[in-house]
Amino acid sequence: MPVAKTTQTSPRAQRPRGCDEDVAGLGGGRALLFVAPALTLIALFLLFPAVWTIYLGLTNYRLTGLAASATDVVGADNYLTTLRDPSFWNSLRVTVLFVALSGVVGQSLMGFSLAWSVRRLGGWARTALESVVLAAWVIPGSVVSFLWIALLDRREGTLNALLHMPGKAWLIEHPLAVIIIFNIWCGTAFSMQLFSSALSAVPPSQLESSRMAGASGWQQLRDVVLPTIRGHILTNTLMITLWTFNTFTPYLLTAGGPGRRTEIMSVYIYKTAIPGGHLGRGAALSVLMLLINLVIALAYMRVGRSRR
Amino acid sequence: MSNAISGGKNAAEATWIEEWVIPRFKEAQKNAGREVDVIFEAQGVDDEDYKTKTALDFQSGKGADVVSLDGIWIGEYAQADYIKPLDDVAGAVAGSWDGWTQIPEAIQGAASFEGKRYGVPQGADGRVIYYNKTLFEKAGLPADWQPTSWDDILSAARAIKDKVADVVPLQLNAGTAMGEATSMQGLLPMLMGTGQHLWADGAWAGDTQGMRQVLDLYKTIYVDEGLGDPILQQEASGRDTSFQEFAAGRIAILFEGDYFWRSVINPAEGVGTAPMADRDTVVGYAKIPARRPGAGINGQDYVSMSGGTARVLNPNSADPELAWELLAFMNSVEAFEARAAGTLSISPRDDVNAKLLASDPMLSFVSEHVLPITAYRPGLAEYPEVSVLLQQTTLDVVMGTGIDDVMRSYVPGLEGVVGADAVTSGN
Repeated sequence: MPVAKTTQTSPRAQRPRGCDEDVAGLGGGRALLFVAPALTLIALFLLFPAVWTIYLGLTNYRLTGLAASATDVVGADNYLTTLRDPSFWNSLRVTVLFVALSGVVGQSLMGFSLAWSVRRLGGWARTALESVVLAAWVIPGSVVSFLWIALLDRREGTLNALLHMPGKAWLIEHPLAVIIIFNIWCGTAFSMQLFSSALSAVPPSQLESSRMAGASGWQQLRDVVLPTIRGHILTNTLMITLWTFNTFTPYLLTAGGPGRRTEIMSVYIYKTAIPGGHLGRGAALSVLMLLINLVIALAYMRVGRSRR
Repeated sequence: MSNAISGGKNAAEATWIEEWVIPRFKEAQKNAGREVDVIFEAQGVDDEDYKTKTALDFQSGKGADVVSLDGIWIGEYAQADYIKPLDDVAGAVAGSWDGWTQIPEAIQGAASFEGKRYGVPQGADGRVIYYNKTLFEKAGLPADWQPTSWDDILSAARAIKDKVADVVPLQLNAGTAMGEATSMQGLLPMLMGTGQHLWADGAWAGDTQGMRQVLDLYKTIYVDEGLGDPILQQEASGRDTSFQEFAAGRIAILFEGDYFWRSVINPAEGVGTAPMADRDTVVGYAKIPARRPGAGINGQDYVSMSGGTARVLNPNSADPELAWELLAFMNSVEAFEARAAGTLSISPRDDVNAKLLASDPMLSFVSEHVLPITAYRPGLAEYPEVSVLLQQTTLDVVMGTGIDDVMRSYVPGLEGVVGADAVTSGN
């Protein structure tokens, strides 16, 4: 007991001023001990893989063949090869289109419209509608993509039967449009939920007074609702952009094909690293993707700060 | 581990392993005074995915003791130190196995690398043309058909197109979605038919006359005359779909390996993924002709490609001697006979073939007429990457890109993989 007491008091005695900051009264050593498990986990599962990926990106590491047993450091070769590779630029272009149309525009608008249109609904009608939308979000991607393949199948697909268009190969003729609509369908639930709670936070009194002043529905939306939920819109867009940027589910529908027409960046990395066997180049691509993610996040945060 | 699963891909092999190999091997070991446990790790996935799975298994020091691999992967796996020569893993007992005398040198080569045996070959296979006799009859074509040139094939396809409605006359595998099937059953046998080797004298075929002739054939089939279905070639599951379509009588002519006959359309219960009850009467098969008689490699009139799988020992095995015993047991005469009871296939063993193949005219046909003229893929570590480039060229042609443009992206790609001085052009 006396031993424990001395350890407790001695740091305080050494750093008298620290008392003000050390709210919990633990002292530096103990505080460190408390966060050590968390720091270890972060180091093990976040920091180490990240550093390892950066290192791998500098090597010619392969899945099979000579380079798998004797890996050499090749410096920036992987990055230079990537930047010279037309398929990288193709995948970047496809990804930007995919993120912009399916995420930023599609999911946000769709989610907001749904949240707006059900805000006055109550009881079972609202629950039913929300459940349907949420289902699309909750069902595993592998199951969902199977349903979509059955829907879009060229020979016996449901859509072709409904439209009386036998033999229309949606996945081959309009692959990018298909995965965009698919992703809107999959992800709208999140935006809807977020906007629903945002809309409920709009003070009814403000809406009431604007209605008394003779504002139309559109004017209420523009002048009262949107300014109030601006922060939510920004959060929503940021999350959706990052998610959509990193999603892999469209692979289950088109495998990046036909050719490379739906090869979004995650699919491009997968194809390079795993079936292609270029693990080193895949790691370099992952680093590039991480950097792009960082740039997106920083850009949004900047926008958020300047608006405030 | 094997890419076989009950009720799915290579179901007959899975059944054989589960119902014959495991109980019999346990029994034999018990008689020798040992209690062993054998677990079958079934897989039923695309060949490309299976390759990734096995490579990662080996790399992480895990995986089954006996692993089934495509013969063409042996080189890259050996270079990566994932697998080792049988003698190194199991000791001298593997080298002195009496089965080797029954397996011809050429077939042993399919499971060897740099002169060393890495595995036991599982069989030999060959590529042929399958055709639907019912559709041929409707088009006024002979039921007993053997084309002698590419023109013969095209004119048969044209006849089908003219006279039979709602049928795809001809599928010659193309594109990346088909994976290695495009190379083995599509571009490579056609290339052999122009007299051009993919790899010869240390150099790969770049922008050569042979390559152009093959791509021109694809253009004729898919773009100019609409004899094949280009969309099918781009579908993510196009190969399985082409099997279903042929089995349903909606494809008239299809290029495939003997695997298609003995496994995919096999009417025996639980064997094929697209069984045809009337396979023996409706499906015809013929040798693949060279572009013109005598125009093939070595002046041949007909060509084929062969591959085949092998079973290797995992160097990480806890008990390599026992693993070898299992492997040798799986390649015994009795094991091949039991395997043949499910579905017959061409075994690597001469003694087994002499006994069993007579009961299946198709496999006898492959064994007697196709194997003697067949060719193998270059057993080099670069091959799989070159193969992907070849698949891409056919895809580009099928999607309508001109042959000059296709060559302008193929040749630099090839040079990137094998080095510029290992590419031949012109010719």
